[in-house]
Amino acid sequence: MTKNEALFKYVTRIGDNSLILGQRLSEWCGHGPVLEEDIALTNTALDLIGQATSLLKYAGELEGKGRNEDQFAFLRYEHEYLNCLLVELPNTDYAYTLARQFLFDHFNYLMYQELLDTDDKQLAAIAEKSLKEVTYHRRRSSEWMIRLGDGTQESHERIQFALNDIWEYSGELFEADEVDQMMLDAGIGVNLAKIKTEWHKNVAEVLEAATMTKPQDDFMQLGGKNGIHTEYMGYILAEMQYMQRAYPNCEW
Amino acid sequence: MVTKKWNEEAIWALLEEVKDPEVPVLTVVDLGIVRSIEQVGDAWQITITPTYSGCPAMRTIETEIEAICLDNGIHLLPVKTVLSPAWTTDWISDKGRNNLREYGIAPPENEVDKSALFAEPVIIPCPKCGSRNTKMVSEFGSTACKAHYQCNACLEPFDYFKCLK
Repeated sequence: MTKNEALFKYVTRIGDNSLILGQRLSEWCGHGPVLEEDIALTNTALDLIGQATSLLKYAGELEGKGRNEDQFAFLRYEHEYLNCLLVELPNTDYAYTLARQFLFDHFNYLMYQELLDTDDKQLAAIAEKSLKEVTYHRRRSSEWMIRLGDGTQESHERIQFALNDIWEYSGELFEADEVDQMMLDAGIGVNLAKIKTEWHKNVAEVLEAATMTKPQDDFMQLGGKNGIHTEYMGYILAEMQYMQRAYPNCEW
Repeated sequence: MVTKKWNEEAIWALLEEVKDPEVPVLTVVDLGIVRSIEQVGDAWQITITPTYSGCPAMRTIETEIEAICLDNGIHLLPVKTVLSPAWTTDWISDKGRNNLREYGIAPPENEVDKSALFAEPVIIPCPKCGSRNTKMVSEFGSTACKAHYQCNACLEPFDYFKCLK
C-alpha cells in the first residue's frame, strides 16, 4: 500500500463515519420525541453530512479517478464503505440513539483535536472546522447522558441498558491497523492508543455524573473499517441510494 | 459590456447587497464569510468560508455573488470556498450585531470557557425587551447557527445566534 492509498482509505473512513451517522440521525426527522429534539438531531445530522461532504470530496481528489463526493456517497457498494460499525447501528429508541452519539462524539472530538496538528493541510483545515461543531455535539450528548442517567428510574434503566448493549461496538474506534500505523508514522494520522486512554477517562467522568455504570471492555465487534458490515448497513444504503440507483444522475 | 472600472473596495461595497438567505438582515460582508477579493489578471477571485460545514445557504450565497457580479459586468472566476481559518462569530461586524438584535435575534455573546465540557451558562439578553432573565429552550434552533431561547420577563421566544469560536 502506498502512502497515498493509505491516506485515501484514512480520509474515506472518517468521511464515512460522518456520512452514515448523519444518515442515521436524519431518520429521526419528523419523529423526534419532542420538537426541540427533532430539530437538534437533524441539525447534528446536517453538521455531520457537511463534514462528510468535505471529507469525501477530498477522498475523491486523493483517489484521482474523477469521482466527486456525491458519487462516493450514493454509488458505492456496501463493502466499499469504511465506517466503523457503531455508527451504522439502528436508532432503536432515544436511549440507543443518545448512547451511540455519546460514545462517538467523545471519540470524534479527540480525533479532530489531534488532527489539528496533522501534516496534511486539507485534513487539518477540515479538522479545524469540524472540531467547533463536534465540541457542541459532545456537550449536548453528554448532558443528555446525565439527564437520563440521573433522571427517573425508567430513564436510568433504559439508558444503562442501551449503553451496555452497544458497548461492544466501541472498541473498533481505537483498533489500529496498517492504514492507521502508516498514517501515524507519516505524521498525518492520530495516535489511537493515546486517544483511547483519554476517551475512557472522559466517558467515565460523564457516566459517573450520570450515576451510571461504565461497562467493562470485553469482546469487541470489528470489521467496518475494512468494509465488513453488520446486516443493518444494506438497509441504510438501500434507502440512501434509492434515488441515484432508480434515476441515475438525477439532480435537483 | 464593461461600463465601470472595478476595484477591490468597490466590490466589497457591492457585496453589501448580498444577504444571507436565512438571516436577511445580515449581508455576507457583515457575516464575515467573505474572506478575500483579489484581482487575477483581468478577472476577480472571491473567496468565502462556510459558517457551518453543512450550511445549506452556502450554495445560494455563491450563486447570488456570481449573479450580482455578472449583472455589474465584473469578470468573476468561480467562487472559491476555504475551510481554514475556520469561521468564528467574532467576524460578525458591529453593524451586523445591531441588525440582528433589531431583527429579534440575540447576537452572539462571548462565552466564558470554551474548553470545558460543560461551559458555564452565558446570559443572553432578550432582543425584544432587553431583560437578562432568559432561559435556553434548546441548544439548536431554526438553523444550525442558532439556539432557541425564551425570555422569562416578556415571555417571548427568540433565536440566539450561537457563539462559535
